[in-house]
Amino acid sequence: MQRRSLWRRRGTLVLLALCLFLAGCSSALLDPKGQIGAEQRTLILTAFGLMLIVVIPVIVMTLLFGWRYRRSNSLAKYTPDWAHSNVIEAVVWIVPCAIIAVLALLTWKTSHSLDPHKPLESDVAPIEIQAVALDWKWLFIYPEQGIASVNEVAFPVDTPVRFRVSSGSVMNAFFIPHLGSQIYAMAGMDNDVHLIADEIGSYPGRSTNYSGAGFSGMTFEAKVTNPEDFDAWVETVRAAPQTLTYPEGYEALAEPSESNPVEYFSAISPSLYESILRSFHTGGEHQMGGDHADSHDGENEKTADHAAESGHVTNNHASQDNAMRSHSSSVEVGG
Amino acid sequence: MFGKLTLESIPYHEPIIMVVAAFMAIGGIALFGLITYYRKWGWLWNEWFTSVDHKKLGIMYFIVALVMLLRGFSDAIMMRTQLAMAAGDAAGYLPPEHYDQIFTAHGVIMIFFVAMPMVIGLMNLVVPLQIGARDVAFPFLNNLSFWLFAVSAILVNISLVVGEFAKTGWLAYAPLSGIEFSPGVGVDYWIWALQISGIGTTLTGINFFVTIIKMRTKGMTMFRMPIFTWTSLCANVLIIASFPILTATIALLTLDRYLGMHFFTNDFGGNMMMYVNLIWAWGHPEVYILILPAFGVFSEVIATFARKRLFGYATMVWATISITLLSFVVWLHHFFTMGAGANVNAFFGIMTMIIAIPTGVKVFNWLFTMFRGSLELTSPVLWTLGFIITFTLGGMTGVMLAVPAANFVLHNSLFVIAHFHNVIIGGVVFGMMAGLTYWFPKAFGFTLNEKWGKRSFWCWFIGFYVAFMPLYVLAFFGAVRRMQSYANPEWQPWMILAWVGAVIIMLGIVCTIIQFWVSIRDRKQNADVTGDPWNGRTLEWSTSSPAPFYNFARLPEVGDIDSFWSQKQRSEEQLEEAPYTDIHMPRNTVAGPVISFFALVIGFALVWHIWWLAGVGAVGVFISFMARVFNDDIDYYVPAAEVERIEREHQQRVEAQA
Repeated sequence: MQRRSLWRRRGTLVLLALCLFLAGCSSALLDPKGQIGAEQRTLILTAFGLMLIVVIPVIVMTLLFGWRYRRSNSLAKYTPDWAHSNVIEAVVWIVPCAIIAVLALLTWKTSHSLDPHKPLESDVAPIEIQAVALDWKWLFIYPEQGIASVNEVAFPVDTPVRFRVSSGSVMNAFFIPHLGSQIYAMAGMDNDVHLIADEIGSYPGRSTNYSGAGFSGMTFEAKVTNPEDFDAWVETVRAAPQTLTYPEGYEALAEPSESNPVEYFSAISPSLYESILRSFHTGGEHQMGGDHADSHDGENEKTADHAAESGHVTNNHASQDNAMRSHSSSVEVGG
Repeated sequence: MFGKLTLESIPYHEPIIMVVAAFMAIGGIALFGLITYYRKWGWLWNEWFTSVDHKKLGIMYFIVALVMLLRGFSDAIMMRTQLAMAAGDAAGYLPPEHYDQIFTAHGVIMIFFVAMPMVIGLMNLVVPLQIGARDVAFPFLNNLSFWLFAVSAILVNISLVVGEFAKTGWLAYAPLSGIEFSPGVGVDYWIWALQISGIGTTLTGINFFVTIIKMRTKGMTMFRMPIFTWTSLCANVLIIASFPILTATIALLTLDRYLGMHFFTNDFGGNMMMYVNLIWAWGHPEVYILILPAFGVFSEVIATFARKRLFGYATMVWATISITLLSFVVWLHHFFTMGAGANVNAFFGIMTMIIAIPTGVKVFNWLFTMFRGSLELTSPVLWTLGFIITFTLGGMTGVMLAVPAANFVLHNSLFVIAHFHNVIIGGVVFGMMAGLTYWFPKAFGFTLNEKWGKRSFWCWFIGFYVAFMPLYVLAFFGAVRRMQSYANPEWQPWMILAWVGAVIIMLGIVCTIIQFWVSIRDRKQNADVTGDPWNGRTLEWSTSSPAPFYNFARLPEVGDIDSFWSQKQRSEEQLEEAPYTDIHMPRNTVAGPVISFFALVIGFALVWHIWWLAGVGAVGVFISFMARVFNDDIDYYVPAAEVERIEREHQQRVEAQA
């Protein structure tokens, strides 16, 4: 009895030591700096623990049975024709079923509560930042402030941020490991992920989806600051000599470059993000019809209205959008 | 004249490639010289290349797979070396241009040209013997399938020295694989290698499906089939249902690249999300095509070496069938982060977890087969025990990835890499090594050396954990897949550890090579003339080793699961055997290699846009196919007297040994 509890204690210690060790090495996922990341850490550890209920007995049984029923062990029982037991069959079905049932519930709940498209509840008003994946750098557009930056993004602490994510090139994925959820960046698609940071600091961010030769250097820095420092950062950007016009300036920026340095743009063309989205919506009526292609926030009805307005769905982004959508928040079409 | 092909297409300036090419050339010339010196070309052509014997085709599949394993593993160790070096400001020794080709080639080769041929090779070797058949349903197609696969492997290797391979990742996600972002020939090599081998795989699927459904011996009902045959049946159903999706998807990508269409482009209504959906609608069933036959191997191995009936046969079958069905409704779990809504993600996440239930049941069935058995700890059993432990851990990380909200931080990270190597090495590789050791005597008439087999197992087992556990850890630091270098120097010790693991795995491969060498050297001592070296339970052990080309002199009758075992248990007096009869057998065919050669010509010509040569290839395929169609001399009868002579000789060998 005492021995068993000792073992248990030792097991807990090992687990604890492992966690500490991982955390000590600045483990982004086990040492999250935001609410989403923290909930995801809990979720991962819970799922891990639940599954150990089956995994540990399986490993123990494998070693135990393998050793005990080895041929040279004449003491072990040998029943060559025993191949069925209702009790065992019931147990081996019910236990995995029960665990998966619990996990399924957890999955259903967290798929909704941690849905990347779901706005975060907070007393602080959210800010919107638009992230565009280019070859091979990240362009961050601040529509409210009218500025933009490359490979550096800043936002105030404890403030919900809605990242709208798209691509000016191939598929990428936008990810700040310390803060949680990543989301794909796809040309012509208006994706989004809601994140929040609860600790001031500077966190590495990157594309996680391979996008070609410069992929390894497609990293950026996420600066989480207090509100005053954020304002100061905005002023710094506003003081930059460069501006970003569409399409000329944007097209120059979109040229492939590797390990691009941080850049600031003190002013941007209006609706820059929407223009980038729209640039891929070629060949359909959207473009021919003129200014239908304004961005919208993509409620279902609105998309439907929009499609109806165009007469028929000529842009299959829109139809894919409807097909994939289960409620209002999902991949959104920009035009 | 030569399309896009010029002398500049050969990468002279890449020393690594040139050294590899030189070694390949020296090896090739040496092999060619040896075959010529010993005048073996005629023998190779008549006895092997044109053979329709499923056992010989199975052996050839395995030989090609083992050669390609060396190629795929070279890629792996190059990647691990690069990542062990390229921390902080260091760039390592492989520029992205080269590194990106290597990880793409590694994935493509290991899945399509190592795992698939091993699985299909094993099915070839074993399934007809297990169901008491003399050959497969369509012996010529079987030969054609092999050669289509073999020329695709050649096409992939040509890309090493002529041009380049794809730099897109093994599934060539659009739009990166489109002509706008991948203007080179790399993706075209990928396209044609996969299309040609994909046709071969589809034909194999149809062939074995029909064989298992129609050619079982008298008395073998579906629920008396050996488990390996069951899992092969399910794998072939998956092949038939999923490979056409791959073929169609790649065909659409081909239209984009060759004819400027817009199925998957960024603009003009192209939709890259459709590509990702389609490729995984094939890709997820594909992993079950690989793992189900491996499950079958473990079931056979554990029952045989525990000298005990498999626990819960019916449960095992139903678990296999439910995995087969479920594998088609989980594909979206490969891209939860694409942005689908919460309901969609939750649905696919839960469906994925449900697969863990039948899989878990299978694991318990193997455990309870060992329970109160008499387990002989041979190397196939070690592979099986190693599999149960490793695969269970891999299954656990798989379920973690299947929780969408957890997947949002784990996706595309090294966690995914660690997970699928966890299940593919722990499941498919261990399974194929177990199957290879288990059925080797049936193919060659002597057993493999156990000492080197066990050494190989321990190297693979330990090497796997050393190589891939660090990747799980690195994922928690934020390390992602397909990075050629990384800024954070804290990751480097883990990367070096992973490199050490890869070296240990390399030792495992070396042990296997030594094992073959030693076993062939000592083949006289290890000869198995009884045909039943392991005291087996299923029909393949009832015939001699190596099995005669007609498999069974008299077709066996089955009255039970494990019918050969119960027959031995009854040990009844041998009844007066019925007289031998003439045996109807298919003739060898030159059509398989010839058609496939022209398919290779088409593939190479299309890669380089040499249209006239593609035309030549197409005409060649058509004419050789027609020649085959109008050839009526495709079968013959082995006279009863000949069968009797062969069987008598075998009997004499057995008596001489006794």
